[in-house]
Amino acid sequence: MRRGPRFTAGLVGLVGLFLVWEAASRTGLVPEYYLRPPSVVLPTLVRLLGDVGFLRAVIATVLATLIAVALSVLIAVPAGLLLGSVSWVRRAMMTVVEFLRPIPAVALIPLALLTFGTGPDTKIVLATFAGLWPVLFNTMYALDELDPLHVQTARAFGVGRLGVLTRVALPSAAPFVLTGVRLTFAMSLAVVVSVELFSGGTIGLGQLVLEASAGASQMDVVLAGTVLAGVIGYAANAGLEKLNDRLFGWNARGGER
Amino acid sequence: MRLLKEAGQRWVVFAVAVLVWELLARAADDVFFPPPTTIAEAAGELWFSPLFGEHVVPGVGRMLAGFATAAVVGVALGVLLGRSATAMAYLSPAFTFIRSIPPPLLVPFFAATIGVTSMQLPTIAFGALWPVLLNTVDGARSVDATKVETARAFRLSRAQWLLGVVLPSALPKVFAGLRLSLSIALVLMVISELIGSLNGVGNQLVQAQRDYALPAMWAWIVLLGILGYLFNTLLLLAERRALAWQPGHSPEAKTLATGG
Amino acid sequence: MTDLSKAGPMLEVTDLGHTYQGKDGAHDAIDALGFSVGAGELVCVVGPSGCGKSTLLRTIAGLVRPSRGAVSLHGSPVDGVPADLAVVFQDYSRSLFPWLSVQRNVEFPLRGLARAERASRAAEALASVGLDKAGRKYPWQLSGGMQQRVAIARALAYRPALLLMDEPFASVDAQTRFELEDLLLRVRREQDTTVLLVTHDIDESVYLGDRVLVLSKSPATVVAELTVDLGAERDQITTRASEEFVELRARVAGLLQGVPQQRSVPVEH
Repeated sequence: MRRGPRFTAGLVGLVGLFLVWEAASRTGLVPEYYLRPPSVVLPTLVRLLGDVGFLRAVIATVLATLIAVALSVLIAVPAGLLLGSVSWVRRAMMTVVEFLRPIPAVALIPLALLTFGTGPDTKIVLATFAGLWPVLFNTMYALDELDPLHVQTARAFGVGRLGVLTRVALPSAAPFVLTGVRLTFAMSLAVVVSVELFSGGTIGLGQLVLEASAGASQMDVVLAGTVLAGVIGYAANAGLEKLNDRLFGWNARGGER
Repeated sequence: MRLLKEAGQRWVVFAVAVLVWELLARAADDVFFPPPTTIAEAAGELWFSPLFGEHVVPGVGRMLAGFATAAVVGVALGVLLGRSATAMAYLSPAFTFIRSIPPPLLVPFFAATIGVTSMQLPTIAFGALWPVLLNTVDGARSVDATKVETARAFRLSRAQWLLGVVLPSALPKVFAGLRLSLSIALVLMVISELIGSLNGVGNQLVQAQRDYALPAMWAWIVLLGILGYLFNTLLLLAERRALAWQPGHSPEAKTLATGG
Repeated sequence: MTDLSKAGPMLEVTDLGHTYQGKDGAHDAIDALGFSVGAGELVCVVGPSGCGKSTLLRTIAGLVRPSRGAVSLHGSPVDGVPADLAVVFQDYSRSLFPWLSVQRNVEFPLRGLARAERASRAAEALASVGLDKAGRKYPWQLSGGMQQRVAIARALAYRPALLLMDEPFASVDAQTRFELEDLLLRVRREQDTTVLLVTHDIDESVYLGDRVLVLSKSPATVVAELTVDLGAERDQITTRASEEFVELRARVAGLLQGVPQQRSVPVEH
């Protein structure tokens, strides 16, 4: 629709955010020593992006997140299809699921560090644990919402149980799964960063930021890292949204469900 | 009879899982994976000791206070902003950007600025604000045209309009946002206490890690799971009450479908 | 038995009954239903709303296992979904798959065939319903009537021995409904398909059918069976105005209202 003006307005808003930040810092509303203004932070960010050590940390964080998201999807989609379509399996497993889900993954960090050490495995395992739930639950609920007439149509054409699952249930659940993936990415990134923040031995953006914040010595680096993490999260979300529009335009505009 | 069978199905796998865990842990005799009975023993000691008052109460108190602040500010601001297409055209990307920052990464900044021992509550409030706010905006925006016209025809006052029409219409989305905010608040509570705090469950987890007190560590993890379950259930109950008027409302399906 | 299946009816329904177990007790949807459909026939089943017509159709399609009685197709009992049967449902918006293009929707049941064969069959079926240009569109980009054409094309592409239609034209406007009725008559003439069509519309049942089965209120049983002698060529205006048509529709209407003397109408078959 009016993509042009909306886009400009949004851009103005983003610039405004940075201006407010600049002003808050310059006027001493928040002590400048802590809240370095963007006129300092953004050049720092540019400088850091040319730094190999920094880039390596960023890549370590993003890669661990992506692996965790992929693992979450690989585990949670089949599990969700199974739990969503076989009621006794669901009843049997739900108690275990309801027991595990509320445990915040970050609470497992100290334990996981003791058990698995400070390598990337710890990050990936914990981020996968946190990322499973949105995809799992979205897949299950998507199956609950599955249109019985779609199933009957497929069955009337002689499509078997497995065929109904892969050719009807899976495609109609796909938009829900992708919504889940968006949440999963945010969750996984948060957990990966948390592990890095807590454990000084884990290379990554979180560890870099924590080190820079020690004694508030390099607050520009802290803020630059935080802004970059925001950019990564924003880009991932926007990318997945775009993917959703492209793949599942039928869902948005169909409007029947 | 069928109910009995279903209840059996519900608990049998869980019971078997715990039993297998117990047997495996006993057989492996691994310090990292104590059997459930040992964990339960540790939990019994820890949860009912003065530690509960010294750590669980203040930590959870900060979490609830931060969450409540975020909820009040988020809903109020969201209802107001959601009805202004112009305001949101300018603000939406900026808000989405702030929301996209992984919440735990706020901790170092807040810790440096406010101080390691007092940053928990503001961090939680700030981090938990964005999902409620953005979801409320979304909900407030989607008031249908008929309702808008009906309200005009009855010449509702602005307060009546916002509280009587916009807010109820936005409620399903508001609750979706609240649930996301709650989980962020819990995560922030734990991570902010892990990184530095005088007290709190996270503080105790670090303590247990330093002492290699694995049963204690497991006991605290289980407690966090129970607390998470409890708060989530309370929120769901509140939602069910608040949305009882909605035909065919199933909170789970809606939340997750909208995603936030 | 083999002899019979050659000469005998394609579809045979004997003493069919189905009871739903609901929360507030059992509910008989259909009871003691019996009729047959010969190869190449178009038989309409007409009955009051909610009388169990859909249950009957789903039982024949093997989607619902009947509580009593039997359905046999080509002389062998139906147990599960038969291979050479297709269904067109009333609610096209929910029976077409929104994530598939029109072309892919029509190809959906043709899984076992080679790609080229699938494509050509789908194209042919779409052409026969007048939608040769819509293959790349998505169902939601089409009007209701066009969507139902896609559903019909999908059923035709499957080349079923028996085509079941559950109130196929009940959700489209009157003008489109006439078009689709004529489309069905033409396609059926061209392809010699056997059709069993369920409807609550008396005029439609008489206009389309070679025979009309009139069902009673729930639990549905066959009240009467009328042969429609309107010839193969029918026309929305002249046929509907003809004396035979008017007379038949009055009889069906009378039967549906349970006017007693109509019960004595001899089964013309």
